[in-house]
Amino acid sequence: MVKDLYREVILQHYQEPRNRRMLDHPDLEGSAQNPLCGDEITVFASVADDHIADAAFQARGCSISQASADMMADAIRGKSLDETLADIGRFTRMMETDESVGPDLGDLEALASVKRFPIRVKCAVMPWVTLGEAISRYRAGA
Amino acid sequence: MIETTTLRADFPIFSRLVHGKPLVYLDSAATSQKPKAVIQALDDYYRGYNANIHRGIYTIAEEATQAYEGSRQKIAQFIGADDSATLVFTRNTTEAINLVAYTWGQQNIKAGDEIVLTEMEHHSNLIPWILLAERTGAVLKHIPFDAEGQLDMDAARSMITDRTRLVSVVHMSNVLGTINPVKELAALAHARGALILIDGAQSVPHMGLTVDELDCDFLAFSAHKMLGPTGVGALWARREILEAMPPFLGGGEMIAQVSLTHATYNDLPWKFEAGTPNIADAIAWGSAIDYLNNVGMPTIRQHEIELTEYAIERLSEETDVTLYGPHDSRKKGGVVAFNLGDVHSHDVAEVLDAEAICIRVGHHCCQPLMRKLDIAGTARASFYIYNTRDDVDQLVSSLQKVRDIFGSNGG
Repeated sequence: MVKDLYREVILQHYQEPRNRRMLDHPDLEGSAQNPLCGDEITVFASVADDHIADAAFQARGCSISQASADMMADAIRGKSLDETLADIGRFTRMMETDESVGPDLGDLEALASVKRFPIRVKCAVMPWVTLGEAISRYRAGA
Repeated sequence: MIETTTLRADFPIFSRLVHGKPLVYLDSAATSQKPKAVIQALDDYYRGYNANIHRGIYTIAEEATQAYEGSRQKIAQFIGADDSATLVFTRNTTEAINLVAYTWGQQNIKAGDEIVLTEMEHHSNLIPWILLAERTGAVLKHIPFDAEGQLDMDAARSMITDRTRLVSVVHMSNVLGTINPVKELAALAHARGALILIDGAQSVPHMGLTVDELDCDFLAFSAHKMLGPTGVGALWARREILEAMPPFLGGGEMIAQVSLTHATYNDLPWKFEAGTPNIADAIAWGSAIDYLNNVGMPTIRQHEIELTEYAIERLSEETDVTLYGPHDSRKKGGVVAFNLGDVHSHDVAEVLDAEAICIRVGHHCCQPLMRKLDIAGTARASFYIYNTRDDVDQLVSSLQKVRDIFGSNGG
């Protein structure tokens, strides 16, 4: 059962994250802490023509939050801000409800198994919520 | 060591299976398991003499009052307090500390006064003082600790000055297990005319102690970490201090005479117990005290020293395990904090849960302590009277399952 949580694809993103790095001049940036466990995450993105040109993160956290952040950066790169916000909505709905969210979440589907470990859902969702807030601030300030 | 086979039979929870496996409970520093006698005491009260206390004229109300006050007496005796009126029931340790901050603190702490804490405090002994400092302009100081988790007593000596009004320290760290030299700190505080509060949440359940030998002014502790139920704890304080303190919460029970605009307050300890208290849990706490006394506190301490020593020995053999806190089991409580390679402690706990092993992970409500160690958190195994060497063996052998998933050197 614990193998359902730590699926190959999750461990791969955790152990060899492609997006755990800094961006030189991020256009948007957001940080969050999980007060329950003290985990911290910062997400960055550069924006060009209302699209995510690049995305990255820095984190101190568990495998689930880090894998989720790494997958998120892959998933949103090249998408418009509206599409990104829609993805954030779909992902958080997938994690927090039983709603079916459509077939095109790719690797992210692996994170659905986290739902069986309710206390870890927050770990998976934290990078996404943080990014969503950062996009809102970026738009409000832009 | 304690003959655990018969003793464990007193704890119903150990007869259940989790994920089809027997429970290995290594989280007593968070909350202890409960013996049948404690569960039975709750049941007896609700079935046999459920009534409000101190008011009823009828028989079952008198029985409830006697059981409640009898329990107070047992708990007071357990910490060596002859005068049971100096033991105030609260919800838990946190509420006991808040009671002191909101009453004694509000009355006695002025702008510029200093309150001395340590860098290893649980949030329950940090936040009430941060809030008080925000209200009064008091200054907070924190005694640092060294790499082994021992307080820097030279720093303590220079920090406790004539400006100090209160020293408030944890007796036994819930993360590192360190047993702090509270007697020495009490002497330093008293020499400067300051009072000392001891957070006994972890020490009272595991060490036989008396308020006289600690030479403290306030002692806060909880039932649920010492075989008792959740929802009840206590503040002990010296009588003259309690008498001079203003009331905490207002309401029934805590008053003597009431008019529409004025009230005089009840005697100790009821002055601090507004409203119907947690009668059932306070009574059952008395049964927990009986159980502990029956086993004997020196026996319990010795059992935990031996288990802790064994755990440190076994975990030290694992080259990828980092241990935190004192390594000498005589200088610490039955708590072992560790990390496995680079694996996040939540991931360690998740894999161990599949083996029915319960450990606590994360920052343990001690974020400043974690920042000082420069780690996000630790795994923590903690012991009590029902734990065995076999529990430690299971913990150590199950770490291999974590390695199987996360690799031998972790992430």
